[in-house]
Amino acid sequence: MDIANYLYLSAILFTIGAIGVVVRRNSIVVFMCIELMLNAANLAFVTFARINSNLEGQVVAFFTMVVAACEVVVGLAIIVTIYRSRRSASIDDASLLKR
Amino acid sequence: MMQTSVNLAWLIALPLFSSAILLLIGRRANSWGHVMACIVSASTFTIGLVEFFAMQSRSEENRAVTQKLFTWISVGSFNVDAALLLDQLSICFVLLITGVGTLIHVYSIAYMSHDLDRRRFFAYLNLFIAAMLLLVLGDSYLNLYVGWEGVGLASYLLIGFWNQKPAYATAAKKAFVANRVGDVGLSLAIMIAFATFGEVSFSGIKEQTELASTTQLTAIGLMLLLAACGKSAQFPLQSWLGDAMAGPTPVSALIHAATMVTAGVYLITRSNFIFDAAPTAQLMVIIVGGITLLFGAIIGTAKDDIKKALAASTMSQIGYMILATGLGPIGYAFAIMHLLTHGFFKASMFLGAGSVMHGMKDEVNMRRYGGIGKFMPITFLTFGLGYLAIIGVPPFAGFYSKDKIIETAFNAGGSKGLLLGIATLLGAMITAFYMTRVVLLTFFGNERWGHKDEPAESPALMLIPIGLLSVGSVVSGFFLARGEALVHWLEPVVNPLKEHHSEEFLSPIIVSLLTITAVIIGVAIAVNKYRGAQADLAPEKVSILTAAARKDLFQDSLNEAAFMRPGQSLVSRLLKIDYLVIDGLVRAVGSVSVTAANRVRTLQNGYVRSYALMMVIGALALIAVIWSVSA
Repeated sequence: MDIANYLYLSAILFTIGAIGVVVRRNSIVVFMCIELMLNAANLAFVTFARINSNLEGQVVAFFTMVVAACEVVVGLAIIVTIYRSRRSASIDDASLLKR
Repeated sequence: MMQTSVNLAWLIALPLFSSAILLLIGRRANSWGHVMACIVSASTFTIGLVEFFAMQSRSEENRAVTQKLFTWISVGSFNVDAALLLDQLSICFVLLITGVGTLIHVYSIAYMSHDLDRRRFFAYLNLFIAAMLLLVLGDSYLNLYVGWEGVGLASYLLIGFWNQKPAYATAAKKAFVANRVGDVGLSLAIMIAFATFGEVSFSGIKEQTELASTTQLTAIGLMLLLAACGKSAQFPLQSWLGDAMAGPTPVSALIHAATMVTAGVYLITRSNFIFDAAPTAQLMVIIVGGITLLFGAIIGTAKDDIKKALAASTMSQIGYMILATGLGPIGYAFAIMHLLTHGFFKASMFLGAGSVMHGMKDEVNMRRYGGIGKFMPITFLTFGLGYLAIIGVPPFAGFYSKDKIIETAFNAGGSKGLLLGIATLLGAMITAFYMTRVVLLTFFGNERWGHKDEPAESPALMLIPIGLLSVGSVVSGFFLARGEALVHWLEPVVNPLKEHHSEEFLSPIIVSLLTITAVIIGVAIAVNKYRGAQADLAPEKVSILTAAARKDLFQDSLNEAAFMRPGQSLVSRLLKIDYLVIDGLVRAVGSVSVTAANRVRTLQNGYVRSYALMMVIGALALIAVIWSVSA
């Protein structure tokens, strides 16, 4: 199987994630889409490591996972807090920082 | 450098400190401020006298002394010391300034006794004394300039002393502006002198005069003349002096008659080495002096305000002095002689006028005087002595000094000499006319006061200074002229005997006779016109000349039409340009950034998803750019 197919998959996943972030209102779904984008990037890293036969891409993938885990902790905490105060998970309701 | 008996700096420092103390301490000094000011002024006079006698006892070549105070400016090869120069010329001025100044200080104690601000008045008087002494003692043009500006400031403050009256404040402003025009001349003269000689001290420039071209010297001379015109109220900058009479009378006597307005004569005399080498500038000096002496005299004939009549007379007498300074080496000494005698008799007459005003409830219109002689006998006597001195009746002071100037004018040579001689003679005649008019309207004739209160004689504190000054106006001329005392005294400074008049056009005795005849004619015309009862209002139907003289020969109108109105319209146009173009540019920049900011602000809508979309677009754009560049 052509190894480039992993890259195509990675690009498709990233695009789905990005579109999800832009079009969905539910903050949990947006959050999941962000995770999807991160993992698409991870997939690209690992594929490139494979193509170039070195381990750097693999190592970076681990870093990304750690960062993603941290991000989940903080992000979910924020979402839950907002939900508690506003009774809404819609991301458009949290627009107090305009202007 | 010779040692002086007293540190010269005290002359300037004492009145300066006193003035600062009076101004800084404020109302607490009200009770003793005037006494301190008088004591300070008297002590400067004492120092002046000590210096004078010390100078007299030295041999002629050792008389001039300089004293370096401190290094003022030191930039590269340009060095100016704050140094004082006391020579035969400056000692004359020091004695005049401090002597007359002290008498006027004493007079002011009584004259200003009802004024709540008397302390401030004395502070300004002391400031004036300090600045004027610095003016005459400075050893370079730059030091002189400091004093020059200082007396301008003091003059401004004192003319506007009663600045609660808008007209008086305006008069002060007018004097200041007119003086400023002259000051520009002085600063230009200093700059040209520095560019030419690399030097601004009198002695330094004097040594190098031969090295400069006539054009450069003429330029310096004309600029110095402009400066003298501003300060000494000479044509065409004379219009401020009449209005300057808004100040209290002692100020008119001290600053606008005896001392400050003669600074121009001092400046030209001090710069004799420049004028002697620049005939064109010297000719201009003569022309200015000649015009002003007639100009002032004509204005003097029509003024009903006693102080303004005296001011016009001052203008005219300084015209005589300026004319004399233009007549070359011999003229300087006579100019200074007239300056000294004029200082006595004009100060005495101004103080006499103040005394009359004191008795007449501050009335200044001579048409409302009349018959005051018998109520104020001492004022009448002293004013009369001053009057005899100014019109030049022998043996009073003015006779000696004015006669010498007329004689020198006649002997200037050729048609120029004849013209100048006739002008000065005519001036003497008109002087006799208008001064007789002042005396007749004030002290003789019917009483036109408009009220019943009899004027009382002024207090002794006012009469004693007037008396001393009138003694000076009687005897000073005789002592200064005896054996050409002043001429010999000033010889080392102005070299008057370098080119003594070789051929005499008219002998002294003929000139004296001519002068006396002119004076008698002037007096006779005035007596004929103003004897007996007079109306208490100025006649409305008058000749064109009188009407013109009442309006200062249209100098104010000319200034207004030629300088003030165009200046104002220029300023208002510049203001419009400033508003439309300069401000417009600034406002345009502001409004562009505000509009742009308002547009851009709408992007910050607070919706996370739109931010995310922008990030995506940005990232895509970045990728597109990188792709296109690497491809």
